[in-house]
Amino acid sequence: MCNCNCEGPKSDLSKLDSVLSEYGDSSSNLITILQKAQNIYGYLPKDVIYYISEKLGVTPADIMGVATFYSQFRLTPIGKYLIMSCQGTACHVNGSERVLSAMKEYLGIESGETTADGLFTLEEVACLGCCSLAPVIMINGEAYGNLTPDSAVEVLKNIRQKEGK
Amino acid sequence: MRIVIGEGSCGIAAGAGKVHKAIEALMTSDDSFTLGSTGCVGMCFLEPIVDLYEGKTLVKRLVKVNENDAEAIVTAVRNNDLSLVEKLVISAEDEEFLSKQTRIALRHCGIIDPVSLDDYREADGYEALEKVLKTMTPEQVIEEIKISGLAGRGGAGFPTWFKWNAARQSQSDVKYLICNADEGDPGAFMDRAVIESDPHSLIEGMLIGAYAIGASEMIVYVRAEYPLAITHLEIAIEQAKKANLLGKNILGTSFSCDMHIKAGAGAFVCGEETALIESLEGKRGMPRLKPPFPAQKGYMDEPSNINNVETFANVAWIMNNGGEAFAAMGTENSKGTKVFALTGKIRKGGLVEIPMGKTLRDVIYGIGGGIRDGKEFKAVQMGGPSGGCIPKDLLDTVIDYKALAATGAIMGSGGMVVMDESTCMVGMAKFFLDFTALESCGKCVHCRIGTQRMQEILTRIVKGEGKQGDIELLEELCVAVKDGALCGLGQTAPNPVLTTIRYFRNEYEAHINDKKCPAKECAELLTYSIDADKCKGCTLCAKKCPAKAISGQVKSAHIINPEICIRCGQCVNSCRFGAINVE
Repeated sequence: MCNCNCEGPKSDLSKLDSVLSEYGDSSSNLITILQKAQNIYGYLPKDVIYYISEKLGVTPADIMGVATFYSQFRLTPIGKYLIMSCQGTACHVNGSERVLSAMKEYLGIESGETTADGLFTLEEVACLGCCSLAPVIMINGEAYGNLTPDSAVEVLKNIRQKEGK
Repeated sequence: MRIVIGEGSCGIAAGAGKVHKAIEALMTSDDSFTLGSTGCVGMCFLEPIVDLYEGKTLVKRLVKVNENDAEAIVTAVRNNDLSLVEKLVISAEDEEFLSKQTRIALRHCGIIDPVSLDDYREADGYEALEKVLKTMTPEQVIEEIKISGLAGRGGAGFPTWFKWNAARQSQSDVKYLICNADEGDPGAFMDRAVIESDPHSLIEGMLIGAYAIGASEMIVYVRAEYPLAITHLEIAIEQAKKANLLGKNILGTSFSCDMHIKAGAGAFVCGEETALIESLEGKRGMPRLKPPFPAQKGYMDEPSNINNVETFANVAWIMNNGGEAFAAMGTENSKGTKVFALTGKIRKGGLVEIPMGKTLRDVIYGIGGGIRDGKEFKAVQMGGPSGGCIPKDLLDTVIDYKALAATGAIMGSGGMVVMDESTCMVGMAKFFLDFTALESCGKCVHCRIGTQRMQEILTRIVKGEGKQGDIELLEELCVAVKDGALCGLGQTAPNPVLTTIRYFRNEYEAHINDKKCPAKECAELLTYSIDADKCKGCTLCAKKCPAKAISGQVKSAHIINPEICIRCGQCVNSCRFGAINVE
C-alpha cells in the first residue's frame, strides 16, 4: 500500500516485492534496492520511493537524499533510447563538447531531458572507460566511438529512421 | 588451432562482438579449430584484435579486424594458409607496444579466458593462495608485502603492508576486506580491464589480504558503469565458490571467507575510502572524519581494510615470486610496476604497464609512439581531477611517487591523458573544476563553495571576460580549498588549476589581457574569416553553416558575417582548400 497521496500514474508496486524480500532486511541495501527499482520502472517514481520507505523503515527524505546524491538515479521517466554522452578527460580533449552540442541541436533538448516523442533521453556521464575510442557515446548499452558531430547525429538519425519517426 | 578474440569493453565497442558472430556463423561441425574469447589485450588503438594460437603459442596477431574479414580468417585457419590474412597481421612497430612492457598486474589480460577457472589455474592461478594458507602465517604474509614495497595503486600510494598490519592489529570477531573498484578518474580504465579480463586474480589477491588481516567477508565496490566487469566477477565468484576457493574451510584449511559485489551508483567522491564505506552502508557517500581510521572502525563500525583493484592484482604474483623480486623493480621510494591508461592525442593509446623509474617520455614516445597527426606535444595530464598537467620540459621526469608529486601532479590511479597544441590549458582547468564542483559532496564549505567560485572565474576567463587579478584570486582560492577540505577530493581539487597556472601562466594572461586563446579552442575568443585568395566559391561551407552566417556567389569568394557566426568550426572542417582562417 502506498500512502504518498501523490497524483499521477500509479506504479505496479508488486513488481518490487521479490527485490524487497531479498534485500529488504537491512537499510544498508538501500542503494541496491533503488538500482533494482530503477531497472524495473526505468526511473524512481514517487510512489515507489514511498513504498520502499515503508518496507525498509527509512524515511522518504533519506531515500530522496540518496537518490539525488548519486548520478545514476533518475526521478523522471526516460525515453526509449538513453544516450550517454561521455565527458571524460580523453573524450574532452578529443572534442566531446562539439559532439554533445550537435546532438542537443539535432534533438532540440538539453542534457538530462527527453524528446517530446519519448524516443531519446540525453545524459552526460563522467567516463565510460572506452577512452581510446574517444569521443564516445553509449546508446542503450552499445558504444559508438571515434565520433564527429556529424557522425553522432547520423547515429541518432538512423535510430529515428528505424523507429519510423 | 584456436581463434581467440579480445572482447573487453573497448574491443566490443570497436566491433569485436560482430567479428565473433561473423566467424562463428562461418564455422561448421567439420572444422577442427575452436573459437574463444579473452579480455583486454590493452592495445586499444588496434581493436578489434584476433589472435591465432597453436596450443599455448601465439602464432599470429591480427589487428583492426572487422566482420568482413571473417571469411578470410576462417579460410586461412581451415586451410592452414596464414598468408591469406597477412594484411591484418600486426606490424613489428606496433608489437613493441607490448614487448616494451613488464606485465604483472596485467599478466593474464588478453591471454586467458576471463571466465574460465581452468585457464586461470593453468596460468599458476590460486597457487599463491594455497601456499599462503598452508605454509604461511598472516604475519609472514604482511612481512612479504612489506619487503615488496607494494603501495596503494588507487592514488594515494600508501604502503599496503601498513594498512594490512593496522587492520590485523585491530581486535574484533568481524573484519571486512573491501576492494575499491569505483574507478572514478575520467580517463583511467585499468581496474575495469583487470576485473573484466582476469577476475580470479582479484579474488585471489583479496583472499590473501583477507587471510592476512583476519577478515571473514570481502566486498567489491564496483562502478555500475562497468556491466561487463560485474558480470565476469559474478561468474568468477560462483566458480570459486564451487571450487572451495570461497566460503567455508577454503582449500581444506581453517580459513573461511565470503565475497560479494556492491555496485556503486555514480559518485566520484566514493573513491575516498570513508565515503565508500558510507555508500556501502546505503547512505549518501559523504566522507567521515578520521580518526577513527577504517582499520579501527570502518564498514558497520568494524575494522575494515580497503585497497584498490590494481593493488590486489599484484598480490598473488608477489607471493609466487617473492617480495624481493617485486622490489627489484622501480626506484628507491616506488617499487614494482604501474599500469597507465594512455589516451588523448596519442598515436597508440591503451594500457601500459612498466616498472617504476621509467620516464614519462619512455611511455609517451617510447611506447605510445608520440603525438597523433604530426602535432606538437603540449602537456600530459596525470591523476585526473586530483592531478595536474605536466609540460614538455618535464617529460624526462621519472615515474615515481615523489618525483611526480614534485611536478604538482600525482601518480594517481594511472590516467595519462596526452594533449597537443590544440588543447587550451585554461579550458582544461575549467573542465576539471566543472567536474569537481559537480562531484563535491557538499560537506565542507571550502570545497562546496570554493570549487564553485573557481569554476565561475575560469568560465569567465574562457569567455573573454577575465579581469585583472583573476589569476591571483584563483591562487588564493586554491590554498583555501586545499586547507579547508576534509577529504582527498577537496584537498586535491585545486591541483589542475595550480599546475596550469604554474606551467601555462602565459595562456591565462593571453585570455585575460589580449582576449585570445592561443590553442584556438575557446569559441568565444575566436574570429572566423575566409581568405578570398584561397576560396574557390564551392559553397560547401555555406551549406554546412548551421547559423547561415556565410554568403557568396558560386565560384566567387565567400564571406562570414561575424555578427551571426556562432564559431562552431564546421566551416573549417568542411573546407577543402584551407581557406578559412581562425584567429
